[in-house]
Amino acid sequence: MTSLKAPVWTWEVPAYFFVGGVAGVAAAIACAATLAGGDRATIGAARAIALFGAAVSPLLLISDLGRPGRFLYMLRVFKLRSAMSVGAWTLIVFSGATTAALVYWIAAPAGPIVAAGLIVTDLVAATTGLVLATYTGVLLGATVLPVWAERHRTLPIDFGVSSLGAAASAVELVAGTTEAMVRVALAAAAIKTVFWLVSLARREPAVNRTISRATLLAGPLALGLRLAGLAWAPAHAAAALAALVGSGLSRFGWIEAGRADAASMRQ
Amino acid sequence: MPDGFFTDATLCIGCKACEVACKEWNQVPADGFVWTGRSYDNTGGLGHSTYRHVQFVERIREGGPAWDFSSDVCKHCERAGCLEACPTGSIVRTEFGGVFVQPDICNGCGYCVVSCPFGVIDRRPDDGRAFKCTFCYDRQKAGLKPACATVCPTESIQYGDLDELRARADARRDALAARGVTDAVVYDPRDTSIGGTRAIFLVRGSCDDYGLPAAPELPSVRLRAGWRSAAGTSLLMAIILAAAFLV
Repeated sequence: MTSLKAPVWTWEVPAYFFVGGVAGVAAAIACAATLAGGDRATIGAARAIALFGAAVSPLLLISDLGRPGRFLYMLRVFKLRSAMSVGAWTLIVFSGATTAALVYWIAAPAGPIVAAGLIVTDLVAATTGLVLATYTGVLLGATVLPVWAERHRTLPIDFGVSSLGAAASAVELVAGTTEAMVRVALAAAAIKTVFWLVSLARREPAVNRTISRATLLAGPLALGLRLAGLAWAPAHAAAALAALVGSGLSRFGWIEAGRADAASMRQ
Repeated sequence: MPDGFFTDATLCIGCKACEVACKEWNQVPADGFVWTGRSYDNTGGLGHSTYRHVQFVERIREGGPAWDFSSDVCKHCERAGCLEACPTGSIVRTEFGGVFVQPDICNGCGYCVVSCPFGVIDRRPDDGRAFKCTFCYDRQKAGLKPACATVCPTESIQYGDLDELRARADARRDALAARGVTDAVVYDPRDTSIGGTRAIFLVRGSCDDYGLPAAPELPSVRLRAGWRSAAGTSLLMAIILAAAFLV
């Protein structure tokens, strides 16, 4: 039996998967809310979360490197064959666009050039943001560890939808519950719940306990609390917390699964 | 013509001179004085500080115990997962056909570690960079054979033109069969997504017993489907966001 090597990544990598994903979708929320003329508190919160994530993500990634001083070497080349290279460049463009969009937004009434700049930077931030929320699933899928490789199609969906629910929840917790954010969070929790039900129906064995718990939190529990929230508003905050914790937990669960996979192959 | 290794396990006597020569020449750090407690194989496996590993394969053959040795090494894949995964361009293909990690470029991101279908490359914890067999690139440049092939006392490790080595491996397998050793097989996975290796082997029994997978897979073959899934998910998320604000 071939013994495969376990991932050497420490906690920073799953933490980045979470933070980067939330920031990415938050930028998309900011873009959609701005274009649709949404309320200022939601837009401001989404922009702040996107910028916070754009600032923290590189720090997490750099501190996980074996040689942090060489982090700029990530930008020596651009390789489509390497999901990590694509991700590093996506993060750079995202950070720049998110920062520029915030500046344009604050200066927004200044005239047509600023307004156009806001739309362009917002669209760039939203596009790269959505890539940021999903590429990490592609990255894990394109490895040799069976637990990831076998799920190369579902991991990007899982990470993306999980980030969608978490980002809407984060914006809501900062800016207060709005109808739009509840709709987004409901959609994300509903998709997660459908995936959970499908895996139950297929009697798929759980990957590990962390992932099972994360799925329950971000899927059926968040969905139930959201539905309860339609009758009793405070349940929304609990649902938002469940989605956030579930989303974060799942990333740690997936890295843990890769490590266990490699360990199970050693004679 | 590309160079290659041919490791003829039927000639290996398990002396581990290749391991020692490799460590000496490449100045690979010691990786502990550890007894595995289950075999004379106290090296364990290939890793960040072991570029040659003599495997001790123990099993029952013809009614009695059989002890086979095989010196394992980086396969220097024709299409290498580590090379493709490397985001810095540190891992390159040399003019001799080897897969080489440039130590002055590697920033220790760790993506190559989970991209090797043979579990070869790893990150050295104290150093922070990834290491594996260099194919003795420095010796090759000087017109010398790799240290392991040079030191091997039984010519179990042979180095040279890959096509010539392939012919030699087939001839050796046939010669063994003529002598009654019918379970020797050549490991040369050319019809796989990695497109073959530059380290081929002749082993007795099943290749799997030597950690040589029948169908090693290049991880990037799943990229297209992965990205398609990511694009679909992104589109779905954009639609959900648009609907949430506009409905």
